[in-house]
Amino acid sequence: MNNGRTDSVVGDRPPPLLGRPFFWIVALVIGAFAIAPLVGANVELRERLLLAAVYITLASNLNLMLGYAGYINFGSIVFFGLGGYICVYLIGAREWPLAAAAPAAGLAVSLMALIFGLGILRLRGAFFALATIGINEGVQAFAANFEPWGGSAGLYLPMQVFAPLGGPMRALWVIYFFLIAVMGFSLYLSYAVKTSKFGLGLIAIGQNEDAAAVLGVPTALYKALAYSLSAFLPALAGGLYFFKSAFIQPTDAFDLGLSTEVMVIVMLGGRGTVTGAAIGAYLYEELRGSLLTSQTFANFQLVVSGLLLLLIVLFAPGGLMGWLYSRWPRTREALE
Amino acid sequence: MFGIIASIVDGVLIGSVYGLAAMGLTLIWGVMNVVNLTHGTAIVAGMFALYLLTGAVGVPSYAALPFILIGGFLIGVALYWIAVHRMIGRPPLMVLLSTFSVNLVVIGLGTAVWGTGLFNVPVMLPGVTWHRYTFPGTHILAAALTAAIAGALYLFLYRTRLGKAVRAVANNREAAELCGIPTTRVLSLSFGLGVALAGAAGMLIATMFPFTVLAGDAYQLKSFVVTALGGLGNPAGALVGGVALGLVEGFAAQFMPVSWTLVIEFVLFVAVLIIFPRGIFAFART
Amino acid sequence: MTAVLEIDGVNKNFGGLRAVNQLSFVVHEREILGLIGPNGAGKSTVFNLINGVFTPDGGRVKFCGIDVTGQAPFRVARHGIARTHQIVQPLAELTVLENCTVGACFGRENLPLVRARAAAREVAVFVGLEDRLATPAAQLTIAAKKRLELARALAARPLLLLLDEVLAGLNPTEIERMVEVIRGIRGRGIAILIIEHLMQAIMGLSDRVVVLNSGQKLAEGTPAEIAANPAVVEAYLGDPALATALHGGA
Repeated sequence: MNNGRTDSVVGDRPPPLLGRPFFWIVALVIGAFAIAPLVGANVELRERLLLAAVYITLASNLNLMLGYAGYINFGSIVFFGLGGYICVYLIGAREWPLAAAAPAAGLAVSLMALIFGLGILRLRGAFFALATIGINEGVQAFAANFEPWGGSAGLYLPMQVFAPLGGPMRALWVIYFFLIAVMGFSLYLSYAVKTSKFGLGLIAIGQNEDAAAVLGVPTALYKALAYSLSAFLPALAGGLYFFKSAFIQPTDAFDLGLSTEVMVIVMLGGRGTVTGAAIGAYLYEELRGSLLTSQTFANFQLVVSGLLLLLIVLFAPGGLMGWLYSRWPRTREALE
Repeated sequence: MFGIIASIVDGVLIGSVYGLAAMGLTLIWGVMNVVNLTHGTAIVAGMFALYLLTGAVGVPSYAALPFILIGGFLIGVALYWIAVHRMIGRPPLMVLLSTFSVNLVVIGLGTAVWGTGLFNVPVMLPGVTWHRYTFPGTHILAAALTAAIAGALYLFLYRTRLGKAVRAVANNREAAELCGIPTTRVLSLSFGLGVALAGAAGMLIATMFPFTVLAGDAYQLKSFVVTALGGLGNPAGALVGGVALGLVEGFAAQFMPVSWTLVIEFVLFVAVLIIFPRGIFAFART
Repeated sequence: MTAVLEIDGVNKNFGGLRAVNQLSFVVHEREILGLIGPNGAGKSTVFNLINGVFTPDGGRVKFCGIDVTGQAPFRVARHGIARTHQIVQPLAELTVLENCTVGACFGRENLPLVRARAAAREVAVFVGLEDRLATPAAQLTIAAKKRLELARALAARPLLLLLDEVLAGLNPTEIERMVEVIRGIRGRGIAILIIEHLMQAIMGLSDRVVVLNSGQKLAEGTPAEIAANPAVVEAYLGDPALATALHGGA
């Protein structure tokens, strides 16, 4: 968390945004993502980085609930899938342009999350966690039975939808850059929340919800806002991702296994830290990549995730960044 | 008319086994305030234990029960020491993740070994016929064995010294410690009991229905619904809640496709928790 | 003197047990009111009823004229009531400064983050924790944790402070220090309702004392009046004859 920070600033006013190291680190990461595949038009690298960007987006936003407020959202993938469905539907059936459909999907999912959140956030601990699975399963069942969304067969997008973006080849690059932008926003959002009064309230809730309420933190409202906020960018990312695939179906869109992986990434990188999401995603992807090359190990993906999570929870609950910050406290100021 | 009654009675029989499973969950929850997310996996383990014991080893089906109870208990104790002991007193978030991670590992190993296909343990038992409907012998015997196990649990908790120690620790761990009760041993024993009960329930379910490695999730959810209905730490409430759930399922099966059952149960779960935050019988909040 | 807090005929039942029975008393501006009574008399329950953790089954709670009966704890805090807990509740992984900042951000003045941090710093200095601003709360000694609890409540700039056994577990030097701090709080214009078992401390601090026994008000008055009240002595010692003997022999 925030322990060990020394007050190296005059008074309590933090330095302006552009003066903070973290701002530039994220900008660098975005730049690296943007430029690397452009070198030699490396499509394979672009696809790998796109997946990484999606993971980082999902992890950063999950961190708002898991890391700050201390609520486990097992079914966080529902935002991604639902955003994908709404966006694909609006573009395919209603002929909306991508620039309108994706943000609309983000807003719609956010709003629904706010409404549902106000209900299920009254539940504590395990009950909330299970309720989030329920929401994911419920939405998946709905999508699989809802005819306008193609039912269990899913929805396809015709090639024409890529025309406004300059054709299928160019569209893939455009979407890639959009997704990096979403990733960047996610990291900045995570940081902005953490350093805001709202974030402090969330963290207080995560430490001791009852004490936080007695101190005046409007716990119900803040939790619902965090839940809703944590839905927006993943939904947007889902819209972009499934638009790019030109195809969406229930089992892919609402894959609980993906939710679990994102949770492991957050814990691995460091729950409650901003850079943790990025580092965790990178490490996890590397680990998974090297394991998947062997066919036998493909089955053991879940085992590896589980073991990793167990070891982290038992021996290093602060994750990688947590360990780093406790060893070298000064890094916390720079990296958050 | 008779169809509905038959469905309900059958639901009650099956529901009692749900109650047995939930007893394991609620016992662990009540004694050490830990939500055991390996519960579903323990149920599945019971199923596969029956499969292996009857298939590879050739034990006649129901005779496997004592082995599964003992094996489940030992595994539960081991699980306590591996994943739970260090986590007692840590934030609930961490304890949840701990048992969840063990769950991932076991499911991963399970799918690696057995895949995701359907398994079945054929058990031949004559049923009881009433009008045009037959109540399968397996369902009746499962309910009977559930009652027996529940009775044994009651005797243990309320008529033995060790059982009293368990109840004391559930009530107030610090006070129990101060009275000289070895609380850590009691905690590990309770965890073992909880897993044993789940495994036994799994075995009984396997005598009635086919199953997969991934079936644990559905039964774990049922256990949570039952626990929410019956109240935390209340084994008797769990049994009653299980019967109630079985009743609801039996009734609902008449009117809607089975694929919606899970969704209905989730809705029921969330609704019960929000409308009856203290559980229909007692407390349901952590 | 204007009344900051008015408890009027408040009842609270837990199942069959009536924990608080028709309780009425008033806390005035700039007053230190002591709340004493044997164990189980219902003192902490009264605090929980005031700040919204429990809802009264009957009666009203009025704060500065506003009816706050049964309002949610965070709303009560916003009105300007802050409290400490008998068993301290630090936000463990946050530092002393951050703990106090939470208090300042979400209390009566609802300060923005930067000003809240300044207010937090000031309050931490006031209770004597300025050398440990960057220490995580979990690493503090019990005495320091109690001071943090107090500082955090003060950071909210409340009009009424509820202190629940803030002296328990402290050694004589620490007690003296804390009593000074409490006097200083009253000097800032904050009314205080204090639960305490340490007779000497509370009798010395309080302007008036309310005695609670089995959920009911047994007596009310100045510390001197209360000490001389035979019913009060009996409640603590349990034997009327002994009480009379003590009183007579005193």
